[in-house]
Amino acid sequence: MKIIGLIITIITGAFLVYAAADFPAWADPNSPASTYLSPYFIENSMKDTSVPNFVTSLLADYRGFDTMFETTVIFTAGLVCFILLRISGGKEPETSHYRHVLTGVTVTLKKGHKIPESEDFERIDDLWTPPDLIIKTGCRLMIPFIQLFGLYVIAHGHSSPGGGFQGGVILGASIILLAISHDLRTALEKMREKVVAILCPIGVSIYAGTGALCLLLGVNFLDYSALASVLHVDPIAARSHGIFMVEIGVGIAVMTTMIWIYNNISSAGKYNQGL
Amino acid sequence: MSQQYPALLVIVPLLSAFAISIAGWVNKRLCFPIIVTALSVVVYASIGLLLTVLEKGVVIYHLGGWPPPVGIAYYVDHLNGLVLVVVASVALLNVIAAKKSIEQEFPDKAGPFYTLYILMVTGLLGIVVTGDAFNLYVLLEIAALTGYGLLAMGEERAPLSSLNYLYMGTIGACFYLLGVGYLYIVTGSLNMVDIARLLPPLYQSRAVLAAFIICMVGVWLKMAFFPLHSWLPNAYTHATSAASSLIAPLVTKVMVYVMIRLILTIFTPEFAFATLALNNIVVWLAVIAIVMGAILALAERNLKKMLTFIVVAEIGYMVGGAWLGNRAGMTGAILHIVNDALMTLCVFLVVGNIVYKVKGYAFENLQGLFRKMPFTMGAFVVGAMSIIGVPPTCGFFSKWYLIVGALQAGHYGFMAALIFSSLVSVVLFFRIFEICYYEPFSDHHGHDQPPEPMDEAPLTMVVPLLIVAVILILVGLYTGDIVNHIIKFAIPEGLV
Amino acid sequence: MAELIPTIIAKYNYWIYITLMMIGLYAMIAKNNLVKKIVGMNIFQTAIILYYVSIGVKKGATIPISTGGHGAVHEAVHAADYLNPLPHVLMLTAIVVGVATLGVALALCLRIYSRYNTLEEDEILAQIRKK
Repeated sequence: MKIIGLIITIITGAFLVYAAADFPAWADPNSPASTYLSPYFIENSMKDTSVPNFVTSLLADYRGFDTMFETTVIFTAGLVCFILLRISGGKEPETSHYRHVLTGVTVTLKKGHKIPESEDFERIDDLWTPPDLIIKTGCRLMIPFIQLFGLYVIAHGHSSPGGGFQGGVILGASIILLAISHDLRTALEKMREKVVAILCPIGVSIYAGTGALCLLLGVNFLDYSALASVLHVDPIAARSHGIFMVEIGVGIAVMTTMIWIYNNISSAGKYNQGL
Repeated sequence: MSQQYPALLVIVPLLSAFAISIAGWVNKRLCFPIIVTALSVVVYASIGLLLTVLEKGVVIYHLGGWPPPVGIAYYVDHLNGLVLVVVASVALLNVIAAKKSIEQEFPDKAGPFYTLYILMVTGLLGIVVTGDAFNLYVLLEIAALTGYGLLAMGEERAPLSSLNYLYMGTIGACFYLLGVGYLYIVTGSLNMVDIARLLPPLYQSRAVLAAFIICMVGVWLKMAFFPLHSWLPNAYTHATSAASSLIAPLVTKVMVYVMIRLILTIFTPEFAFATLALNNIVVWLAVIAIVMGAILALAERNLKKMLTFIVVAEIGYMVGGAWLGNRAGMTGAILHIVNDALMTLCVFLVVGNIVYKVKGYAFENLQGLFRKMPFTMGAFVVGAMSIIGVPPTCGFFSKWYLIVGALQAGHYGFMAALIFSSLVSVVLFFRIFEICYYEPFSDHHGHDQPPEPMDEAPLTMVVPLLIVAVILILVGLYTGDIVNHIIKFAIPEGLV
Repeated sequence: MAELIPTIIAKYNYWIYITLMMIGLYAMIAKNNLVKKIVGMNIFQTAIILYYVSIGVKKGATIPISTGGHGAVHEAVHAADYLNPLPHVLMLTAIVVGVATLGVALALCLRIYSRYNTLEEDEILAQIRKK
């Protein structure tokens, strides 16, 4: 296999090198890619959508349809991880372990027995590592600031690098940090599985729904200028607002999918203590 | 509303996917009605769109209101109008037929399964309808990711087969993306029609040549064209029947459509057939694909796996026909997209019914099925006749066009391969008929044993199957109309 | 030779992406471990992202965000001053697709590991053949 791999790789590589000889040199301002379409986007983005970040206007408006499916790809990945890994219901384990938080004593219960709900006991798995106070406290302090920054990145995507994808990933990472520094059960208390699984399609629906709203208002799908009549602004500002609406949808979808994928993969679908 | 059909085709299944996903957590019984309604709307819109195209010519839809090449546009002409109707109707018929087996196999995950199912249909419809080379890549990935998920939810070997498919599929999609990147660097555009307008002065450029070859290899990987077919048989065999009867008829056929679209629209036949002298090599590869597919099918003792090798051989038909470089061959290839989607659906639905009742698809499970499941086996006979190519089933006519194309191109090897594979199909299917016709061998040697009672699959599974069988014959009878009114206009005038 | 070297240097971005891509492709074909194949797949995808992003670069241009900010609607924008934003947008999509594929591939690996207790391909195939 190694030799076959090497031969295929060398042939493909040689072919690509052969083709690259006809390419324009690196950073050539006169290459077709830089002179054919891109000047239109750069020069008209402000006039058409009043968004100073050309990447955002191109992403969510000129090629907004691509981005809608990009969000759908994310949703699909979350769903596939769920459907492949999640063990729903399942058999109750033979024994379950509880730890008394104050004394550190572990109680092992046989099948069928339950411990009354209380603050003093926490459920633990067979393999349990003691929590580290410094890490726990440090992460707990950082999480609100991470989330605030995530919201800023989503909201400020119009005029600085950022947007729904980046902000959504940061928001998702804050919950994942909680799951890593504490355990998955703590994170699931903050964000239940059902909440994640319902918010994710809702996020993508916000995007597709904004487009469908334009369609219902009598113009083509995703033509945000139609929102002018709903929002009582001029069509150019309406495009800007439309972009913001879909960015929020993207943010929700990406955040929840990150959490969804992490939850399923880190616990192999068992939703126990996690990593 | 009719000018919004192209958007509805993709938006309705997409929004309903999210609705199904939420309904799966709230009230599971809502999932099935939503998916059937959505797919019915899609079938209605696709037929409406095809009729509009027949009446007025190409339909162009600007997404976001931006005219191409600035924005993304949908182009619907005779070629993809036809394929859209096929994709939509196959998806609708299959979901109705698969309801019982989905409920049997995934009692608690039916909601997510339906969501993946309709997302896959969205992806396939989007691939067919789009006029933007990059948009096609995104939808390709949606169809692929949902496909990995659907195929992995099968027998215990399914995850491994699906992972192999994932590796191959990712390489294929990345090659396509790289090819689009090569086109973008030399033209600066992503819109298919716009690229086609900008390309002619660049036909001698190495970058365009490389773009064409890389895109082709990527698409061939995705459609499992020989010698890149190794992932397909295992992936399709180990999947559940509901998933394989959606994916086997549609995914490979849609990829053949993409190949034809690349040849006809983006690169134009002048470049693909005249500037490059690759026809002969590709058609010979197709010949090997057909022969190897037929021989490997002969070696199988397992109905479903045998059918997957027939799928590999059928891909050889279509690729070979498209690359013959003449009108008859291209007509045969396009007609075969329609016919093969329908007949693969037919035989895979039969496998689904057998699995539902008998819980197995190896040859020894099939004994006595003609008595036990007469309607299912009746449809199987029609599907098999169509794959063999017996008139008046539709399979005969596309094979006829392919053979005419091969004769006109003077490619006797391809013609011989077509006839050889038909003969092998005769052997394959009559062997199965024989097994199914005879009763299971009993140990008692007694003649007084009563014959096994009829035990047909549920009505919701049999009725769609019989509809498909009838369609197979109807499409065969109306082949002339399909060719003269639709396919004739799908092929550019330049190709004779 | 003397005129070849400037050409090679002028197009160095292409050589880097081809090298990376071939490393990824080789890992996908030749490695025996399923996770190493996934690593190869990621290198392969990232190489394409590098290729696209390098198309967008222009000499003497800055990042594609209007320096005037929101108030500068009537200010003329010169295309030569800003990088080409289109490849960036396309690659955002490709990155997302890469992440999604990675997630699905890891989920499949987990399923395979729970069934066969190994991720070495030859050991898995041996187990399948034994039955």
